[in-house]
Amino acid sequence: MKSAVIVFPGSNCDRDLAVAFERSFGVKSQMIWHKDASLPDNIDIVAIPGGFSFGDYLRCGAIAARAPIMQSVINFANRGGHVLGICNGFQVLIESGLLPGALMRNSGLKFVCKDQVLMTETTNSPFTNAFGKGQKFTVPIAHHDGNYIADDNLLAKLNGEDRVAFRYVENPNGSVENIAGILSENRRVLGMMPHPERLNDPALGGVDGARLFDSLLGAVIAN
Amino acid sequence: MKILVDITLKSEVLDPQGKAIQHALGALGFDGIDGVRQGKVIELDLAETDRAAAEITAQKMCEKLLANTVIENYTIRPAL
Repeated sequence: MKSAVIVFPGSNCDRDLAVAFERSFGVKSQMIWHKDASLPDNIDIVAIPGGFSFGDYLRCGAIAARAPIMQSVINFANRGGHVLGICNGFQVLIESGLLPGALMRNSGLKFVCKDQVLMTETTNSPFTNAFGKGQKFTVPIAHHDGNYIADDNLLAKLNGEDRVAFRYVENPNGSVENIAGILSENRRVLGMMPHPERLNDPALGGVDGARLFDSLLGAVIAN
Repeated sequence: MKILVDITLKSEVLDPQGKAIQHALGALGFDGIDGVRQGKVIELDLAETDRAAAEITAQKMCEKLLANTVIENYTIRPAL
C-alpha cells in the first residue's frame, strides 16, 4: 500500500497526511516535490495536502495546479488512480480540473478555524466505505476559501450520482447545500475542506478521521 | 507592449468581498449604491509589439491560468 504526498512551497499539512497514511497503512509515505515530473512507480494513492501553496496568489490552488508534477497526478487519476485533496488540496484538484465547481471566499469573509460536525453522505466510495451512512463525526476545518459553489446542473449531477461525500451539519462558510467534500465521476478522487488527517491520534482529540484512511486501505486491498 | 487583463466574477456568482465594500461605503454615508463587485487587473509587459498578436497571447494566458472561467470573465485591452 504505497502513498505519495505532493509538497508545494507553502504546503503545511503534508507531514500530518504522511503520519495519517503511515498509521493506517503501516508503510511510510513518499514525499514528492512539486517540481518532479513523475510519480514513483506502483503508487496506490496520491494526496495533495492543505496549506497555502504559492501563497494563495492569483487564486487558491491555481499556480499549484499548473506545477510540473500535476500532469502526472492528472494522468494517474485518469488511469483510475486514487487521489485525495484536503483543504488547499481540494482547491488544487478543482483548479486542475479533476473535480468540478469552484471554491470561493467564505461567505463571512473570515478565516474559520474550528471543529465542525460532518455528515457522511455516501458510503459508496474508497474513502468512505468504513463510515456508516449518515454517520456524524467532528473534524477540524481551517480555511478562508471553502465556500463551494456549483450551478444547478452540476448540483443535480452531483446529487443524482451520489457524489457528495460529506456535508456540514452547520454551514461554516456559505457552501451550497452544505457541501464539504465531493467525489469524481469514477469515485476515486475526493476533495474535501475539513482535515481528517488532524483527527488521527487520541492525544490530538480523537481518531474519527482515521476511518477515512482505513477506508482507503480496505478499498485498495479489495481492488 | 503592455496589455491589461481585467478579471471579474460572473454576474451569477456571489461576491462577498464586494458586499463588504458596499456595506462599508454605505456606513461612510455614500447613498444609492446598487451593487459593488470586486475584480482584479493584471498588467502584462510583453516583448511582442503587434497588438493583435499580443492580445492572442494574453487570451491563451487567461484560458490556461489567469482566469478561472468557471466563475470569472476576462477582458483584454492595451495599456495606454
